[in-house]
Amino acid sequence: MRSRAAINPKFGIVLKVMIHFVLLISRQGKVRLTKWYSPYSQKERTKVIRELSGVILTRGPKLCNFVEWRGYKVVYKRYASLYFCMCIDQDDNELEVLEIIHHFVEILDRYFGSVCELDLIFNFHKAYYVLDELLIAGELQESSKKTVARLIAAQDSLVETAKEEASSISNIIAQATK
Amino acid sequence: MGSSIMDSLFQRSLEDLIKGIRLNLLTEPTFISKSTDDIRREIKSTDLHTKSVALQKLTYLSALYGLDMSWAAFHVVELMSSSAFAHKKIAYLAAAHSFHAATDVSLLTTHQFRKDLNSANPFEVSLALHCFSIIATPHLARELTPEIFTLLSSSKPSIGKKAVAVILRVFSQYPDAARVCFKRLVENLESSDPHTLSAAMGVFCELAVKDPKSYLPLAPEFYRILVDSRNNWVLIKAVKIFGKLAPLEPRLAMRVVEPICEYMRKTGAKSLMFECVRTVVTSLAEYESAVKLAVVKIRELLVDDDSNLKYLGLQALTVVAPKHLWAVLENKEVVIKSLSDADPNIKLESLRILMVMVSERNVAEISRVLVNYAIKSDPEFCNEILGSILSACSRNVYEIIEDFDWYVSLLGEMSRIPHCQKGEEIEHQLIDIGMRVKDARLQLVRVGRDLLIDPALLGNPFLHRILSAAAWVSGEYVEFSKNPFELMEALLQPRISLLPPSIRAVYVQSAFKVLIFCLHSYLFYRETIACSPSSPDNFVSESKCPGSDSAIVAADCQQDEVFNPRASNQSFEDASTEDVEDITVTHAQIPNSASLGKDGFTHESIGNLLNLIEVALGPLSGSREVEIQERARNVLGLIELIKQELPGLVKKEGNFEREGLKFPKIIELMHDAFSKELGPVAANAQERVPIPDGLILRENLGDLEMICGNDQLPTSSSFSFGIPHSKEKVGLPQSKGESSEASTESTSLLAEHRKLHGLYYLPSEKNDVSNDYPPANDPKLQDNLNDDAKDLVKLTEQSLLQKKKPNHAKPRPVVVKLDEGDEAPIAAKKLELKEDLLSGAVRDVLLGNEAVSTSQSNLTDKSSSKRRGKEKLNTDHPSGPKEVLGDVGNPNMGNPSSRRSKHHGHGKERRHRSPRKKEKEREENGQKDKQKSSHRHNRHKSRQRAEGPNNVVTQTPLIPDFLL
Repeated sequence: MRSRAAINPKFGIVLKVMIHFVLLISRQGKVRLTKWYSPYSQKERTKVIRELSGVILTRGPKLCNFVEWRGYKVVYKRYASLYFCMCIDQDDNELEVLEIIHHFVEILDRYFGSVCELDLIFNFHKAYYVLDELLIAGELQESSKKTVARLIAAQDSLVETAKEEASSISNIIAQATK
Repeated sequence: MGSSIMDSLFQRSLEDLIKGIRLNLLTEPTFISKSTDDIRREIKSTDLHTKSVALQKLTYLSALYGLDMSWAAFHVVELMSSSAFAHKKIAYLAAAHSFHAATDVSLLTTHQFRKDLNSANPFEVSLALHCFSIIATPHLARELTPEIFTLLSSSKPSIGKKAVAVILRVFSQYPDAARVCFKRLVENLESSDPHTLSAAMGVFCELAVKDPKSYLPLAPEFYRILVDSRNNWVLIKAVKIFGKLAPLEPRLAMRVVEPICEYMRKTGAKSLMFECVRTVVTSLAEYESAVKLAVVKIRELLVDDDSNLKYLGLQALTVVAPKHLWAVLENKEVVIKSLSDADPNIKLESLRILMVMVSERNVAEISRVLVNYAIKSDPEFCNEILGSILSACSRNVYEIIEDFDWYVSLLGEMSRIPHCQKGEEIEHQLIDIGMRVKDARLQLVRVGRDLLIDPALLGNPFLHRILSAAAWVSGEYVEFSKNPFELMEALLQPRISLLPPSIRAVYVQSAFKVLIFCLHSYLFYRETIACSPSSPDNFVSESKCPGSDSAIVAADCQQDEVFNPRASNQSFEDASTEDVEDITVTHAQIPNSASLGKDGFTHESIGNLLNLIEVALGPLSGSREVEIQERARNVLGLIELIKQELPGLVKKEGNFEREGLKFPKIIELMHDAFSKELGPVAANAQERVPIPDGLILRENLGDLEMICGNDQLPTSSSFSFGIPHSKEKVGLPQSKGESSEASTESTSLLAEHRKLHGLYYLPSEKNDVSNDYPPANDPKLQDNLNDDAKDLVKLTEQSLLQKKKPNHAKPRPVVVKLDEGDEAPIAAKKLELKEDLLSGAVRDVLLGNEAVSTSQSNLTDKSSSKRRGKEKLNTDHPSGPKEVLGDVGNPNMGNPSSRRSKHHGHGKERRHRSPRKKEKEREENGQKDKQKSSHRHNRHKSRQRAEGPNNVVTQTPLIPDFLL
């Protein structure tokens, strides 16, 4: 088994991360979340998504959750109508990544309260912040659901207060007449 | 200003946008582009809230719909500096999503990052860390190293662990950061906070994968964690790290094998168990007991219902297989059953294991069963199977093939599998074997004939490449053919109009070779039968054609003239036209005599042959494809010439040498030209061609395209008097004797075909040849796969357990190999400068000689190694091009008549060289090689010297006492 680092020919940067990217794709092929830990240009990103959704969505149920792809391995798991995909190197631990995916879903579930695809559609940015508490630089960083929930809630309240300030009519008028 | 208020008050929120997109499903693109226009306006707003909403929408569109947002980079930077956390959050998300190394405004973020990393608000710090971990550039990494350093020992664990994770990115961008931060990173291995420890192990795991050697000194730390930790995530990382370190230090391997086995036995977590298994089979394969335990665990995985575990089990087995074949044997039923699994990935994995097991003694059986299996599989997997058989069998110049007759037949059989799409590879191997293995040629010609003669195959475009190879082989080695006339008919059948022009050209050229062979054999036959009784007429006839000799000489420099019908008409005006007509008439009356062919080359059969060719190729002489046209015209020209002389031959059953007839000589010469051996050409043959004076290789090669294009034009039927006669006189083929056992099946196909198309293949029919033939090889009845699986089980039972090599009746035929690697030269290895720098820095820190090497010295090291890299590239360069443009050392190079037409694209050449010359050349090559190798050696030395300082450091004892 070989190890391959992500090499982006355009930038020539050699990076070694565990998870190269995270994708959430709906059963109909709609993209619900993309997070890139290795450098990919916008064009490459679109291509990756197209290729992978072609491969993964056509796989039947009960097949294994790993797909070999361009020398990498993509670990995916379907929860209800959503496919959660993470791309790792050949010699990384697939089962561990499956656990990470499950963990992510559990945290989302806890945060949104029995999460469904619509939650992620309308709270797209929140899903990112949840993911950020789970992974950093392509590495797992937190394994307690409780802590993640607490951190996200605290951030949310920070945002809410700021928003209220900003969106008040008086504020807007003050801005405009400055 | 007014518009700004309007924007603020009536701006669509992200939610509005999402709802809008969902409502306008059908007109999504227009809706999105309209929204983008709104965003472009809104984002310029002075109101930060409006700006932030616009940016949030843009990020959404970019992340999910692939919209380009690089144009908004500056607005992102603006918003990052907002004091409101909500804005900052949106801006950092946008930056993490859209910035990359080439985003120049990222220079402007340095200050903002510094401010936020030092912020008292842990959420701001965390935002900055997240973004930094993705978009850090060398510049940012260098500037912010002090901040990250401070955060590494943050009192808040939630920040500390993030800083630890980010360090990986910092090191990759700015290796010198290791001099500052590495010690503190190591301290985190002793952190009381489990998350920080986990993050640190994650970082070390990734670092160790890249460059394990540098982290050997930390082995005691890792060992302590391996033994003490109860956290599965951490343990997986620890096991992984030791998987990298153990191969470097045997004592370390001895030490860790026990705890790893312990985890393998006891842990309930499948992920940890699998990591242990994988580590044991990849890195600790010498420890018999550990491997045994691992194989037991693999077996558990294999029989599990969970397809994930099954897949991983198969993968682990693939790794064990080369060193411990018994592990595969123990599990062979499972492996073979997996070949019919529902999951294509699992099928593929088990196919890989099977191919790992292939060896000389079982290749035939495994291939047989796999081919049968392929027939029943879906197209994709079928081609996977064929592909792996082809690559396994051709490995190292057909290393594992003992019986080439078998293998060639297998290739033929594979071509007939309905889903076969491996035409290119099979084509290559057929020709390659033809050139390398003399003993296989007879079988090659047989297989080629069977392929050519089957009209149904022509309808399958995937087979065209194979047919091209079959045609080439049949033409080149026609002396092995049982029945050249039949071959000729196959090559000229009307359905070849289905082939692409390039392949039809090969067909025509092969037909030409077959024709020359037939004529030559005919003449030879006559010569032996009607030996001496020469009539006085012969002497008279000599004086009749005074121009013949000069015509042949003319052929040397311009062969076209000879074959130009008009020219030949002029020089042989006296040949009686009456007789020619006569003969054609008589021949038309004897149908099918050509195909009898058993006892060979009668006058009638030759006449028939000529007619057949004329009728079939006549229309092609007007083809719009130059290759076909030119080759067809060459053949027709020759035939015309022969037809005029043929009557003379009939009448005077005598020694035509003295009759002064021209064509026997021509035939003789062309036959000689065609019977020269073609050999394989080394991929680096070009290297040996001396560069002619005045040729500048580094010039722009664009202009060459025209010249190279010309090269592809046919220069068929070229021959010259200048070359020495072939060493090898091919007489009548020995295969003639055994022609009785001609295969019945395809002959009957041909007969059927003849019935369909009448005696002669009329040109008018060509256009309306329809695809009414049944597809090649209808898939056999779909037997159920289980039967086949059973078959396979049986197979391996026999072949794998059989330890002894069976005695082969036939010794393995000689396979021509070239001295200097057949494979394309391996590209020069890239130097990973940054990594070198990083490991250098890490070693310096770990071994405590920071004082010695400063970043300055590293810089010079970098530049020198860069230079070395360049040098290497230059010296390796000439081995790059594979194409052989011309014959080495041929004095006639450039003279069109010396260039023989090649079956294009197969990159081989006919060598017109005397043996002595060859030997001399070999000597020269040897010398060159020596020079080269010594040169390489020198280079290597100098590199070692240059890397001296680093190496000296690493040579010091790395593993502390605890191991000893």
